[in-house]
Amino acid sequence: MTDNVNKGRRTLLLSTGAVGVVGAGFAAVPFLKSWLPSERAKAAGGPVKADISKVEPGQMLNVLWRGQPVFLVNRTEKQTAVLESLNDKLKDPNSESSVQPEYIDNIYRARKNNFLVVVGICTHLGCSPKYYPDLVPQQFDTEWKGGFFCPCHSSRFDISGRVFDGSPASRNLDVPPYTYLDENTIEIGNDGGQV
Amino acid sequence: MKKIVFILISLMTTSWVSAAGGGGAVGEKAHTNIRSVDSLRNGAKTYMNYCMGCHSMAYQRYNRVAEDLGLTEDEMMNGLVLTDAKFSDKMVIAMTPEQSSAWFNKAVAPDLTVIAKARGVDWLFNFLINFYVDPTRPSGWNNLTFENAGMPHILWELQGIRTANFEMHTDEEGNEHKEFKGFETVQAGLLSEKEYKDLARDLVNFLDYSSEPAQLIRMAYAPWVLLFVSLFTFLAYMLKVNYFRDIH
Amino acid sequence: MGKIASSSQKNGAGFMGWLNARLPVTQFYKDHLSEYYAPKNFNFWYFFGSLALLVLVNQILTGIWLTMHYKPDAAQAFGMVEYIMRDVPWGWLIRYLHTTGASAFFIVIYFHMFRGLLYGSYKKPRELVWIFGMIIYLVLMAEAFLGYVLPWGNMSYWGAKVITQLFGAVPWIGDSLVEWVRGDYLISDATLNRFFALHVVALPLAIVALVVLHIAALHTVGSNNPEGVDIKKHKDENGKPLDGIPFHPYYTVKDIFGVGMFLLIFLFIVFVKPDMGGLFLEHDNYVPANPAVTPEHIKPVWYFTPFYAMLRAVPDMQLGALIMLLAIVVLFFLPWLDRSPVKSIRYRRWPFKVMLSLFAVTFVILGWLGMQGATELYKLMAQVLTAFYFFYFAWLFFYSRNEKYHEVPERIEDH
Repeated sequence: MTDNVNKGRRTLLLSTGAVGVVGAGFAAVPFLKSWLPSERAKAAGGPVKADISKVEPGQMLNVLWRGQPVFLVNRTEKQTAVLESLNDKLKDPNSESSVQPEYIDNIYRARKNNFLVVVGICTHLGCSPKYYPDLVPQQFDTEWKGGFFCPCHSSRFDISGRVFDGSPASRNLDVPPYTYLDENTIEIGNDGGQV
Repeated sequence: MKKIVFILISLMTTSWVSAAGGGGAVGEKAHTNIRSVDSLRNGAKTYMNYCMGCHSMAYQRYNRVAEDLGLTEDEMMNGLVLTDAKFSDKMVIAMTPEQSSAWFNKAVAPDLTVIAKARGVDWLFNFLINFYVDPTRPSGWNNLTFENAGMPHILWELQGIRTANFEMHTDEEGNEHKEFKGFETVQAGLLSEKEYKDLARDLVNFLDYSSEPAQLIRMAYAPWVLLFVSLFTFLAYMLKVNYFRDIH
Repeated sequence: MGKIASSSQKNGAGFMGWLNARLPVTQFYKDHLSEYYAPKNFNFWYFFGSLALLVLVNQILTGIWLTMHYKPDAAQAFGMVEYIMRDVPWGWLIRYLHTTGASAFFIVIYFHMFRGLLYGSYKKPRELVWIFGMIIYLVLMAEAFLGYVLPWGNMSYWGAKVITQLFGAVPWIGDSLVEWVRGDYLISDATLNRFFALHVVALPLAIVALVVLHIAALHTVGSNNPEGVDIKKHKDENGKPLDGIPFHPYYTVKDIFGVGMFLLIFLFIVFVKPDMGGLFLEHDNYVPANPAVTPEHIKPVWYFTPFYAMLRAVPDMQLGALIMLLAIVVLFFLPWLDRSPVKSIRYRRWPFKVMLSLFAVTFVILGWLGMQGATELYKLMAQVLTAFYFFYFAWLFFYSRNEKYHEVPERIEDH
């Protein structure tokens, strides 16, 4: 066997192998992508409308969006007044590492200050927190100022869904994209053209 | 070897057509063009206006049609769709099977999502252009392609009203045969014959698209996939030749 | 000390040494690839073994992915297929790879089997290789039939009905057997569920196990070749067959070229003509299963049609089913029906060549007849050809006893 044969063989081995590997890569794409949400899942996960006209101040409405509970809370002035004062006790008071749309940018974490929309899923391990609206001492927190408490692992969130120091959860409750279609109708999952 | 190649080639080129029930005349080719977006849009419009009163497309979604036909959500939902369906909904009709049975005194109008796969475009095209008036039928209509079809001629205003002339023959065994001798126009339609055939062709084209929306992607990928495999095969061939130089 | 040294000598050093001492990976690689000596004169017909393996892998992979998106529920199954075709990202490609793969499997297997007939690959000492292959063919037919029912189209439904009805041909217990197979008085949700379980779990497991046995048996006796010459008769001083070449790299490289050629045709069908004008995916199967309406023309998919033609050719249902079964069973006995000492057709005389050609043509025409409507002429043709199908084996049994043949060379000449 001459060197020429050897050289030609090596080149052919490399090029055939390279094209084969690229081909295998192409072939893998359909299989991997078929695991993405299907059109059916996307249709089922489409925007959800919620009528908030009947939600009294202090009350919470729970709607499902993409199979997850979304909390719609009509906050009282009393509830929101304490937000500023809680900043020191929170892990991320300004929601810098939170998952939320860009138009949510202050301590109210809402498009309208009095009306909170958050995904009701604890950012620790995915239980759904309970709503404790009243500013009264609780078993789990003697200085409770209203908010959400997760019964699974005792994560505590304020009335803007911001997580307290000492909770196992590390991130504030997520805010979904949403928009006001009119005064009384919120559409969750729709940015209203704003991103 | 040649025999096998011949068999393979004949397998590749022959079409095995077996329409599901109710054979009949497939006289004219449909000559649809799945790549013509205009034709598909026209067909979609005709479908929404005339067919979707009774026939669902239960596996097809509005948003997919809009995407493939280059329509915006607004154009689709406000321009074409007559119901208040959502963009991501499947194209299901409002009429329940019970209503349908009651109104037409007949089986439910079939879903048409994949009808073009079952019948073939030529059959559908001929079905659409071969209606004629027949007072003996409950619907008042009959069809040369699908004899005694339950469906009335929904597009009669466009095509006009026609009767069919038949000549009766009796063969030696005494059996009677009907021989079709042509249509006769009783009332002209809103469209000329050519315009009507174009409308039917576009509608059939849309049905063909609906039966497999993926065919648009599939055909677009085909040349690239085959080119790539050709390159691989060529290299593999060179490699094989190189190795077999060792063998004497 | 000595013990350790000898073990590392035997198994090699480093990680592979460690591994080989526990699992003989290197030895396995040598036995089946780098030091498995195959005859140097493999031709076109020898591509189909490795291609069958490729198609099997394709069917298993795409099959696993299809089950992720499918529900074996009579009320949903037809819609699930359309869901895969439309809503699942790339679902259409995965399904077409599977449906085209089913037909490709039979094309490849029929070529593979015909290769065996041409070069006498079923003969001593490869009888067991042939038997395992035949069992694979049989299980594959069951697998294909079960899979064909899953889309729950009208042809699925009526095909399932007709095939399960064949169990009724069994004397005495026939009718109860049919009910037992269907799990209902008709083809129903229960039938679909069990067919799904068999199609995705039971039979694939059986096929994979049988393929392992098929290859293990082959590698024990060694591969035949177009000359039908035993390459183990002439070895060099190291015990390597003089007319053999290591499977790897020579035949791996050659088979990769074969894979490329195959993929060109296969992917052409997948991307350009996946239903093959109704041959691979039938028109009537795009109509949902309807127990009230029989398709005008019930016929199985093309790969079953030769046997279907035999079934229809016989006026009696029980006898027809028996004939169909015998047509497959008789192939199992081929190693003992062909008594000629010569393997390859190259060294057999014209009567064998003519008869084998006629046999192949008969099979193809029967396949064609099985797709046609049953006219009197076609029925007569099917009867004649069915008779010839069986006559071939009887003829072979008597003819091969004292067959005259050409001298078989000792070694494989330069090709």
